[in-house]
Amino acid sequence: MAEMTYRDAVARGIAQEMTRDPDVVFLGEDVAKAGGVFKATVGLFEQFGPLRVRDTPISEQAILGAAMGAAMTGLKPIAEIMFSDFFAVCFDYIANEFPKSRYMSNGQTKCPLVVRTGNGAGSRFGAQHSQSVENWCMMIPGLKVVAPSTPRDVIGLMAAAVRDPDPVIFFEHKSLYPMKGEVPDGEIVDTLGSAKIVRPGKDATICALALMVPRALAAAETLKSEHGIDCEVVDVRSLVPLDTQTILGSVARTHRLFTVEENPRLCGWGAEIVSIVADEAFYELDGPPVRITTPHIPLPAADILEDIVLPTPQRIAETVKRSLGS
Amino acid sequence: MALQNERPSGSAGLNDDIGEKKRLELYRTQVVIREAEQRAFDLFLQNLVKGTSHLSLGQEAVAAGFACAMQKGDLSFCTYRGHAHTLARGVSVEKVLGELMQRDNGLMRGKGGSMHLTSEEHGVMGSYAIIGAHLPIACGAAWRAQYKGDKDVSVCFFGDGTTNIGAFHEALNFAAVWKLPVVFVCENNLYMEYTPIGDVTAVKSPAGDRAAAYGLEKIVIDGNDADVVYRAARAAFEKARAGNGPSLIECLTYRHSGHSRADPAKYRPEGELEKWKLRDPIKIYKDRLKQFGVRPKAIDDIDASVRQEVDDATEACKRAPMPPLDILTTDVYADGGWAWRN
Ligand SMILES: Cc1ncc(C[n+]2csc(CCOP(=O)(O)OP(=O)(O)O)c2C)c(N)n1
Ligand SMILES: [Mg+2]
Repeated sequence: MAEMTYRDAVARGIAQEMTRDPDVVFLGEDVAKAGGVFKATVGLFEQFGPLRVRDTPISEQAILGAAMGAAMTGLKPIAEIMFSDFFAVCFDYIANEFPKSRYMSNGQTKCPLVVRTGNGAGSRFGAQHSQSVENWCMMIPGLKVVAPSTPRDVIGLMAAAVRDPDPVIFFEHKSLYPMKGEVPDGEIVDTLGSAKIVRPGKDATICALALMVPRALAAAETLKSEHGIDCEVVDVRSLVPLDTQTILGSVARTHRLFTVEENPRLCGWGAEIVSIVADEAFYELDGPPVRITTPHIPLPAADILEDIVLPTPQRIAETVKRSLGS
Repeated sequence: MALQNERPSGSAGLNDDIGEKKRLELYRTQVVIREAEQRAFDLFLQNLVKGTSHLSLGQEAVAAGFACAMQKGDLSFCTYRGHAHTLARGVSVEKVLGELMQRDNGLMRGKGGSMHLTSEEHGVMGSYAIIGAHLPIACGAAWRAQYKGDKDVSVCFFGDGTTNIGAFHEALNFAAVWKLPVVFVCENNLYMEYTPIGDVTAVKSPAGDRAAAYGLEKIVIDGNDADVVYRAARAAFEKARAGNGPSLIECLTYRHSGHSRADPAKYRPEGELEKWKLRDPIKIYKDRLKQFGVRPKAIDDIDASVRQEVDDATEACKRAPMPPLDILTTDVYADGGWAWRN
């Protein structure tokens, strides 16, 4: 067991998989010699050499297209898109190419690759370098989508993503990079499609993802200590496949559902979870499901503005308290 | 490489670096494409080919010239105008027509359709219908060969219009910087969909004049002469296999039909089609075979056997059932199914 940052966990997770399988290769802008603009891939170039860890031009389409061609023909590429906002300039691969070729070819082709990307707000980077775009990917059949919230999950889910035979979009939260957590020694391999109950509770279920997980946990502590409300916090971790059993099971125990999403409100992932719960566990609910989201606006740059638009522990706690009528 | 032209008749001037066996293969491949595409058009008129389809009538020499220079392990990346390249790699006419007719005997059992022909066992790694998307993908396949030390070449076919999209430029630079064994083949048929390429392109040769920007040689060839295409392909493949990086080859050609089945091609100036038909690749090649002393009977035999193959394929497709509904949800994910939740 050792304490490690989320940032260092990224390099460790990739190194674990590159050590295991010589077909795992890694490409992206500034990822090799410079170790990545977030310094999340420091050391990989030195450890695995220039054939396996490669710097690319500023060509997001070439990066994702090349990853796909390599994946189709037998490699297991990991491609970095520096900021998830840039998915918009290479979305053809994410929306049309990776997820459709297997289906269109009637199962002849494969696409085992991972796209890892810096997602989310908190760095005061403004509207084009701060977005949470996991919902852009969740809506596309054929993709898998994960977003870890702890260093341990970064490593385990990275291993699961690399070993998975489908294209996986791997969202790293930029504001979590400096966060530390306990990580066991040795190989860590997790499973896609499994949510985690990170705090058990009996009064309400709070589903959260990535940076919203520590915020939901902080809110739960306040709710317990100040108001005696005992919340269960579910780290959804994987949007596709979605672990609906864990979520439905939790709601069946607590009878209330809250989602905490960083994405803007319309078509956020929480809407899908609320819809599933409404369809399948309506009579378990003691009150309406509530979504706590970023409002439907572009993200502002100034700290005082950005801080009020993202769901905070205070907003989460107040919303839960108000909804529970206590 | 300049525009190469076969010498006029007179056996002393004839360059026989290709040989009769390969020439017969080049001829047969072109005839298969011609007959199958013509049949696809006829079946469309009978409402047996549904959806859209983009024919390569008139462009057969490009597909044949490249495919006949490829080896097993070399990979083709095609566009929606990909029937020709798929057939040229040896996929059966029945599988192609079956897919166009949306039957269960089709190459992808109707799940892909005319624009997405794929046959991995023949090295046809897909037909891509988003302009330019497959150029970077071909780079990735070439990267695998480079990484593994294999000699396989990736060959990527696209049109003149594709040279104006970003992915073209990203892929060319990427392939040049990484020195990838990939050959980019621009079939310049003078039109994007309905607009002449010259109206929307800053240079005269849409691919050739861009080559210098990526440190590549300008190669513009006669795309209606299969020998010329074959030689250019051979040279580019040799370069790629030797580790000397990518090539960009612009083949001048012309499509005899409209852009897609919906297009009567009224925008063409009068006489243009007729002029190009004088340079019909099949006619050119038939004459070539005769110049090299191939007996007319041998040529007729090829024509007859191809026609028979296409007739048989047509009948088989008409008899074939429609795809069963249970394939609707297969192969969304690698486990064979479509489950997105537990
Ligand atoms: C990104 C994108 N833009 C537009 C289209 C619509 N489209 C389909 S084919 C075509 C023309 C392409 O021209 P060219 O590259 O010359 O190929 P050709 O059809 O002549 O073989 C267009 C514009 C598309 N499929 N994808
Ligand atoms: Mg064209």
